[in-house]
Amino acid sequence: MNSLSQYLDLYRLNAPAIDAGSAPALNRLRPAAMEALAGARLPEKGDENYERTSVNDMFAADYGVNINRVQIPADVAASFRCDVPNMSTLLGVVVNDQFHPSRTLQSGLPEGVTFCSLRSAALQNPALVEKYYGSLAPLTQPAVALNTLLAQDGVMIHIGRGVTVEKPLQLVNIFSAPTSLLAPRRVLIVLEEGASARVLVCDHTQDGEQQYLSSEVTEVILGEGARLDYYNIEESSPLTTRHGSFFVSQQRSSQLNAGTITLTCGTTRNDFNVDLCAEGADARLSGMVIASGRQHVDNTVELRHLAPRCTSNQLFKYVLDGQSVGAFGGRILVTPQAKFTDAAQTDRNLLASPDARMHAKPQLEIYNDDVKCSHGATTGQLDAEALFYMRTRGIPEAEARNMLMQAFMADVIDAVAMEELRDRLRHLVERRFNGSDMGCSGCQSASCSKTE
Amino acid sequence: MNDILLEVNNLHASVEGKEILKGINLSVGRGEVHAIMGPNGSGKSTLSEVLAGNPAFTVTEGSATLHGVNLLDLSPEDRSHEGLFLSFQYPVEIPGVSMVNFMRAALNAKRKYLNEPALSATEFLKLMRQKRAIVELDNKLASRSVNEGFSGGEKKRNEIFQMAVLEPQLSILDETDSGLDIDALRVVAGGVNKLKTDRNATIVITHYQRLLDYIKPDFVHVLYKGRIVRTGGPELALELEERGYDWIKEEVDAQ
Repeated sequence: MNSLSQYLDLYRLNAPAIDAGSAPALNRLRPAAMEALAGARLPEKGDENYERTSVNDMFAADYGVNINRVQIPADVAASFRCDVPNMSTLLGVVVNDQFHPSRTLQSGLPEGVTFCSLRSAALQNPALVEKYYGSLAPLTQPAVALNTLLAQDGVMIHIGRGVTVEKPLQLVNIFSAPTSLLAPRRVLIVLEEGASARVLVCDHTQDGEQQYLSSEVTEVILGEGARLDYYNIEESSPLTTRHGSFFVSQQRSSQLNAGTITLTCGTTRNDFNVDLCAEGADARLSGMVIASGRQHVDNTVELRHLAPRCTSNQLFKYVLDGQSVGAFGGRILVTPQAKFTDAAQTDRNLLASPDARMHAKPQLEIYNDDVKCSHGATTGQLDAEALFYMRTRGIPEAEARNMLMQAFMADVIDAVAMEELRDRLRHLVERRFNGSDMGCSGCQSASCSKTE
Repeated sequence: MNDILLEVNNLHASVEGKEILKGINLSVGRGEVHAIMGPNGSGKSTLSEVLAGNPAFTVTEGSATLHGVNLLDLSPEDRSHEGLFLSFQYPVEIPGVSMVNFMRAALNAKRKYLNEPALSATEFLKLMRQKRAIVELDNKLASRSVNEGFSGGEKKRNEIFQMAVLEPQLSILDETDSGLDIDALRVVAGGVNKLKTDRNATIVITHYQRLLDYIKPDFVHVLYKGRIVRTGGPELALELEERGYDWIKEEVDAQ
């Protein structure tokens, strides 16, 4: 069965309503998206780069789409307390696929900073949105085309030339709906020349009883000398499916620190596409996956060195328990003109149960001689000697296992560029391994201090 | 009164189907120091691992009790809580687990087992400071990962430090002298001696007499081919130092 057909039918029947709930700068790409999807199919398990994950299955359920922009009660956004407290952030909340600015955003942002609904940005400054929207995410990828076809809103972050934003921009995505739902989420991040910002994205599911599908497309444009720290933490629910595509283009001497952290989820597929387009660009990607039960997490990286003297580093680590499935695919492409490339990729995985499965596929594709490239992937089990040593000191087996799994993640947490987030992550990871894992426990508790 | 702490009877154990211990009998009283010596491959380390509960070994016959409690029924952690301590020949490096967290987890698990409240942060740090002094362990090591990047001497000091914190009733020191220079040996042995009381006991497993100059044994046992083939006083260690193990091997093999 082709899962696309239900969404194409939906679009055909509702095209005017979809356009009406959006903005011309977004609507203009829909016909091309529709054309790209004619006769297309979503990748299925076994296709190249989809060895363990069927995108077609992820989209198969009969999800609703909030075409008519029914307002979800605003108190969802207002009452939300994210799991990353003790950080003073500029907060925006997306409930399903609708953006809600927090009081901080409404009371004014620093000079040169835009952080708002993509739809309103498209209405107020259509030239800017038209310039970048869809400029990186290709409609030849069916999941991208589908997102482009259905997305009516999203998030716009624009940092003006030379502006450094002191506070992190925090975007909290929440699923909360009375019915099963597909949320087409779209994020456009533009850092002009010399700009610098930190972005933290937290994905949560508030009502864990419903089936949700998040279709996310994020486009990041980094101008010359710009620097972005971008981290995404997923703490959703076993019934939440996420398909995220992340596209970055980096200009000369720009710097990207990006990380994806999956703590709880149902099925998740993240695609990272990073293009180092001009000399001296630097990209550091990290990934941390903790999966148990029947969770399924697939991170795939396509990192392209297109210019000389660029550097890149990737560090991905998985701890898989229960019957969970992990997959990592990472390709580094070094083109003939990308002389003096320095690229490294590391993938290390721990199977904490005999039923967990990991599939790793590292790839290097190099078309010139003046490069320094390395990659390595290993999958193993907990160190039996260390476990016994700890137990002889009286540490109960379950606790010793948790400590070793936490220790395994220490270097990937240390690699996180946002200091406040590192401390918080240590705590979240410890809590996750101690078993209080499913759902967003504690998100709304009074003990979590406010995020604004 | 000779109060028996450890009683091992006819203990047999194997690894991957191969029998290593073939009927060990050993009785250790409170206040005593026992040395177990023997040639390489005689089963000395296996005995310590089996008593500590390493799941890699299978006990096929016999019994082992600590102050009357059947050790073989207990998990390694509960053996520790009941008062058994093994100082490893090769202490394990655990990257990413700090010494402080490691010791706090160990100590609090023991206190929980004994129905005692967890120590406050202040009490815990004070205790760590006191115990570190016993083996002159550098404060800087406390913030590092367990044994990671420690020198051979630091690793062994760290073992005795852990022993000092956990206050076991029976300590088994497996080749604690290996990899130590003479100064480190003196510090480590000094630590062991400071921790000695008339209520606890120590088993020193060693290949050489050297360590026994510093930790004086009351009894010396020779382990060979999985059995204790000879028991004597401290003079037996000196005789072994002088004559080697061959004469004992020949005597046993001739039987």
